[in-house]
Amino acid sequence: MKKVLGVALVLTLILALAPASTEAQEKVTLTIESWRNDDLTIWQDILIPAFNAAHPDIEVVFQPTAPTEYNGALRAKLEGGTAGDLITCRPFDESLNLFQSGHLVSLNELAGMENFSDVAKSAWITDDGSDVFCVPMASVIHGFLYNKTIFDELGLTEPTTETEFLALLEAVKADGLYAPLVMGTVDQWEAATMGYQNIGPNYWLGEEGRLGLIAGTHKYNEGGFLGAFEALARWQPYLPDGYQAISYPDAQNLFALGMGAVYPAGSWDISTFNPQIDFEMGAFKPPLPEGSENCYISDHVDIAMGVNANTPHMDEALIFMEWLTTAEFAGLYSNQLPGFFSLANHSIMLEDPVAQQFLDWRNECESTIRSAYQILSRGEPNNEQDLWLYSAEVLNGNLTPQEAADKVQEGLEAWYEPQQ
Amino acid sequence: MLRTLWANRSKFPLHIIVFLAPAVIIYSTFMIYPLIDSLRLSLYAPDDNQQEVFVGLDNYQKLTTDDLWQPRLEGAIKNNIKFFAIHMLVQNPIGLLLAALLSSQFIRGRAIYRTVIFTPTVLSVVLIGFIWRMILSPLWGISADVIDFINANIIDNLNTLGFGIDAIENQPWLGLENTALPTLALISVWQWIGIPMMLFLAALISIPDELIEAARVDGATAWGVFWRIKFRLILPTVGIVGVLTFVGNFNAFDLIYTTQRATAGPNYSTDILGTFFYRTFFGIQLTPGNPTMGATIAGVMFLIILAGVLLYMFGWQRRILQVEY
Repeated sequence: MKKVLGVALVLTLILALAPASTEAQEKVTLTIESWRNDDLTIWQDILIPAFNAAHPDIEVVFQPTAPTEYNGALRAKLEGGTAGDLITCRPFDESLNLFQSGHLVSLNELAGMENFSDVAKSAWITDDGSDVFCVPMASVIHGFLYNKTIFDELGLTEPTTETEFLALLEAVKADGLYAPLVMGTVDQWEAATMGYQNIGPNYWLGEEGRLGLIAGTHKYNEGGFLGAFEALARWQPYLPDGYQAISYPDAQNLFALGMGAVYPAGSWDISTFNPQIDFEMGAFKPPLPEGSENCYISDHVDIAMGVNANTPHMDEALIFMEWLTTAEFAGLYSNQLPGFFSLANHSIMLEDPVAQQFLDWRNECESTIRSAYQILSRGEPNNEQDLWLYSAEVLNGNLTPQEAADKVQEGLEAWYEPQQ
Repeated sequence: MLRTLWANRSKFPLHIIVFLAPAVIIYSTFMIYPLIDSLRLSLYAPDDNQQEVFVGLDNYQKLTTDDLWQPRLEGAIKNNIKFFAIHMLVQNPIGLLLAALLSSQFIRGRAIYRTVIFTPTVLSVVLIGFIWRMILSPLWGISADVIDFINANIIDNLNTLGFGIDAIENQPWLGLENTALPTLALISVWQWIGIPMMLFLAALISIPDELIEAARVDGATAWGVFWRIKFRLILPTVGIVGVLTFVGNFNAFDLIYTTQRATAGPNYSTDILGTFFYRTFFGIQLTPGNPTMGATIAGVMFLIILAGVLLYMFGWQRRILQVEY
């Protein structure tokens, strides 16, 4: 009896498995490598089904890695031949290196590339401009998010200058119930990205300062770049208790739970907060230093997608790439991920008011990108890494702004000829 | 005579090769070959065309003298030594104490204590790191409550008796340069204390009762029995625990990585050889990975561990008396 039962079981198993395996052979599966693990559900529920509506025969799997591990893990996978077919591209050198080592294909001939401006493509193009290797997807904009309920309760209004900004933080601190400025320094990158690069463009006048660094006419330890470190140091009294050990997810939770008033943000945080919060969220631009009139924002080209040169499904991958250039994708992506702003020229209206506000700043202010990303992070010590470390050290109170600025400048001068 | 020797040689027991083969093959393929290949890689460096070329010991020279690399290497080795010292001073003595208590026949529920103390050892390091990050979090951690309790119930009482002890203040333990590494070392001690405890316990249990009874008859106190009889007899185990701790600590990586990430902050204060290697080999954010320098750091780790193990084998193991009961 047992034997018969066993045979029957095995037979059912084989029969159950058989149809599934033949079906899988007909469908082509494309795998997307990405660091955006926050986007998993949006890809699974909205974007991939929308793509499949037109191309039902191509199955797409979104396979994210933790952001801090992505670059290393991806490189290891590409070199080991186990990477996915579609590669989400970091901006500038990281992807340029992948292209130069033959891991990404050139996308010059891709239909739909004409929908992107030169600025949009600038982060994913060879230095001589001959090859584009990723389809630009989105940029992120820095600013501040705030809790409208707390602002109403304490009778506060959006600040426009740094003096107003600090006065506002002082008022929240004096009230004592809420954390005035929600950020931690243990992960280091927030101090540089949401702190220094967020408020900095107003001090170094956006592109003028950034290109000046590249040309060697501006220095980190003088003028606007030093001014931004000094402004960052003035945040210290308003950070939450124990901020030295508060991580990025801790800070996100603190703000989402309504325990903090102002949150130095990247626009990507909007889509993280929206489903979590039960208060109304507002946004204001990085406050202006005394005496300046023009505003500058960090509108950082952040994310694009390219094709693994070794994919066995090149044709299908290129079909997917073409779909990324369409207005359909631009609209879906920007609306599904409020805070990631499509870089395509299609005009898009956003349903999310806070995201639309960030997007409107593009018309009011001049855009720039993060200072260390283009060219300056090619040597050792790495400029971006130095900014992480020393911005956190300024906020931790271990270095004065001048000391930190000197160290960053020293690191850049060590290898970058125009700065020597 | 020669003939018999020859005959003996031809009778080399083949079954020894057969029995050794699986271990030798698996060990060579998965341990020895990668190790040698990693050492080989540390002698190469990429040239201008990203091709790896042989450079001899240049990488080691760069690592020990270059202005960028030397401070990181020195910092990592110093932190690693501190990490190891805390384990040797806290984990192993407490492990021995627990084992001595658990080997006593007068304590009830020994099996329960033994299991509970050993439990963290079998948990995933990722879990341990996450739990302790939560416990110590300045926002939602319970460490502040625990410290308040200690202040109110223990320190206050001691102070009324005339001790002038300052109240303990809660700190962002993992966020300050001077507390982050000791905190992580103590978390690691908490997790791994079951291992030395078990090894010591096994050694203590195997000591024949006759020896202890004889000592008692001769008038030895409990402390005398422990220090003069038991401790001397478990000295070989003390050495093994020491060398295991050494190897484990100089290979450590996972706990630091799960709590502080590869940046090993604040300001590299928790950077040990494992995280230094990881950052270098795989890269971080905009810093691309550097496999050859990574292999060089791995080479340094190998040399340090090799030196420690050799010291143990020739300085300790060969001098210590192995007692057969």
